[in-house]
Order: sequence, then structure tokens, then C-alpha cells
Amino acid sequence: MAQVLVVTSGKGGVGKTTSTAALGAALAQNGDKVVVIDFDVGLRNLDLVMGAERRVVFDLINVINGVAKLPQALIRDKRLENLHLLPASQTRDKDALTEDGVAKVIEELKGKFDWIICDSPAGIERGATLAMRHADSAIIVTNPEVSSVRDSDRIIGLLDSKTVKAERGDRIDKHLLITRYSAGRAARGEMLTIEDVLEILSTPLLGIIPESEEVLRASNIGTPVTLANALSAPARAYFDAAARLRGEQIPMVVPSEGRGLFNKLFGRKAA
Amino acid sequence: MTLFNLFRRGSAPVARERLQILLAHERVARSQPDLLGLLREEILAVISRHVAFEPDKVQIKMDRGRSVSTLEVEIEIPNAPGFSLAKAS
Repeated sequence: MAQVLVVTSGKGGVGKTTSTAALGAALAQNGDKVVVIDFDVGLRNLDLVMGAERRVVFDLINVINGVAKLPQALIRDKRLENLHLLPASQTRDKDALTEDGVAKVIEELKGKFDWIICDSPAGIERGATLAMRHADSAIIVTNPEVSSVRDSDRIIGLLDSKTVKAERGDRIDKHLLITRYSAGRAARGEMLTIEDVLEILSTPLLGIIPESEEVLRASNIGTPVTLANALSAPARAYFDAAARLRGEQIPMVVPSEGRGLFNKLFGRKAA
Repeated sequence: MTLFNLFRRGSAPVARERLQILLAHERVARSQPDLLGLLREEILAVISRHVAFEPDKVQIKMDRGRSVSTLEVEIEIPNAPGFSLAKAS
């Protein structure tokens, strides 16, 4: 049975697209069939982060409008054959996304994939509400910072009221993914701690992604961090989060500031 | 909190406290219609039944606290004859 996930946050720049790409690639490396969909009409970036920007021919809106068939618009990842991307339109108006159109596309994808991951645009407008509309579960990406936490709270409210599942009276599964976490700054009282964020948002934790130069490096080269450097700290945190999505019980590791034995031996490259 | 304390303890506890208060209010506000707008409309309707005032001379301030919030409505009423508070009451 296909799982429809939305990666959302309210606030921009917290790591939705990075996390969509990293989790999609992590799930695909486990052998699952995965499609990631960019809902950010007009400001698409998932193609760029996935390294597929030069291969986009058709997009989600073309499929909705009937200009292209779904298989024509799906871009197969060059490194993982069971990972696919459905890009957003860069030129169309976001009003071209219709609720019926999105519902039909997701229904068709359910027959082909194990995981359908919807990368939400920032904000709470049409693109964001349609990205979450058909989700079975949601990943709320949050930075340990006041504006991000506030916006996450707002998004949690929308997930509990505006999704098809919520309107049917079911509870949408919500998972918190804390990104750009710096253990040292939290310990010094300069950054909200994991406990602070969990207490304020009262949502189960999916994973903690440490702040790392590897994340920027991965987007620079157009490769999800779980493919670019699978041994790096953020990649390992994403692999653990993906395993938890599959239902595995993985103990939560709070990233520490200190350099581990591996890093001491092999230097900064492994950080 | 003094500046010294802020540096010594770090600013995260302040962030946590501010978020807790803010979100407690925003969560309540989400589940009901615009309470502040409603209060504003009804309070002004009651007052305008008795005195005339200019709508742009009305200032409404809200201060949300952990246990108590204050709503401050300040209406400037001209003291022209037949137009004052004393006459109206």
C-alpha cells in the first residue's frame, strides 16, 4: 500500500527540499519505489537539488492539464533506478494546480510507487495546502528557532483540519524533523534544545539532522546527501529517519558536537 | 532580565518562554473567529450609540501575558458642545 507523505514547514529555508531529496534517496536505497513531487509552482528547486534540472521536459501542471501523460513527466534518477521525480512548473501560475487534478495524479502514482513524497512550498497558500491535502502522514521540518517553531505550530493546525484525512475524522500521522541542529549552541543556551521544541510542538520526533557543511555540498553537486556522502552525520540521521518511517525502531541519537573517533582518524572530510 | 543574565544564561530560555506564551494564544485564536476584531466592533458600536467619535481616533492595544492579557481601547472624544462625554452621560 502506497504511503503519501508531505514534507512541510510553513517557513521557507528550513530544509524541506533538502530533506525530501535525502529521505527519498534513503528510502529508494532500501529498495522501495519512491517518487518525489515538487509542489512549488513557479519556484521549483527539487529538480536542482536532485541534479535533474537539465532533464525536465514536462511537469506536474502539464500532467494535470492533460498536455503530458504521467510516465512522460516522471524523471528517473540516474543513480537510483527506483527513485523518480515529478517536477513543478517553473512558468505557470500556481492557480493551475487544481484539487481534482492533484487528486488524480496522486491516485495514479499510488499504483506505481511505495512512497509518494510531496515537497511543499513555504507559506500556507494553495501550493502548500494542496501538497498536504492527500497525505497519509506529514513530516514537519523545523529549525530550533522561534519563527520556524511558530510556523510549524500553524502548519500542524492546518494538517489537523484541512487534509482529506482530517476532514474524514481520521488523524494524520505527524512527525517532526529537526534540521540545522547545533548541539554545542543548544548546550550553551544559545539555541532551543530538542526537548524545548518537542515540548512546545508536542509532536513525535522523526529525526535530528545536525547542521553540517555536507548538506550544502550535496546541494552544490545536485546529489541528495544520503547519496553524496552516506557516512556523513546528516546522511546517517536521514537514513535513521527513513528507517523510522518504514516502522523500524531506531534509537534516537542526539548529534553531539565532539568529533568522533572516525572523524579524528579521517579528518574533516568525514564530518 | 538584565543584559548580564541574558548573556550568562543564553537567549534560548527567553525564546522558549516567548514561544510558549505566543502559541498558547494562537492555538486558542485558531479555533474561534477573530476575537479581537469582534470585541473591537462591539465595543465601538456600544460607545458610538452614546457619543460621536472619529473612527481613526481609536487605538486598540493588546498585551498577551502568560496568565493575564490586557485589552486597551483608547478613544479620543472631541469636547465640542453637544459632543462631550459629560453631555452624553
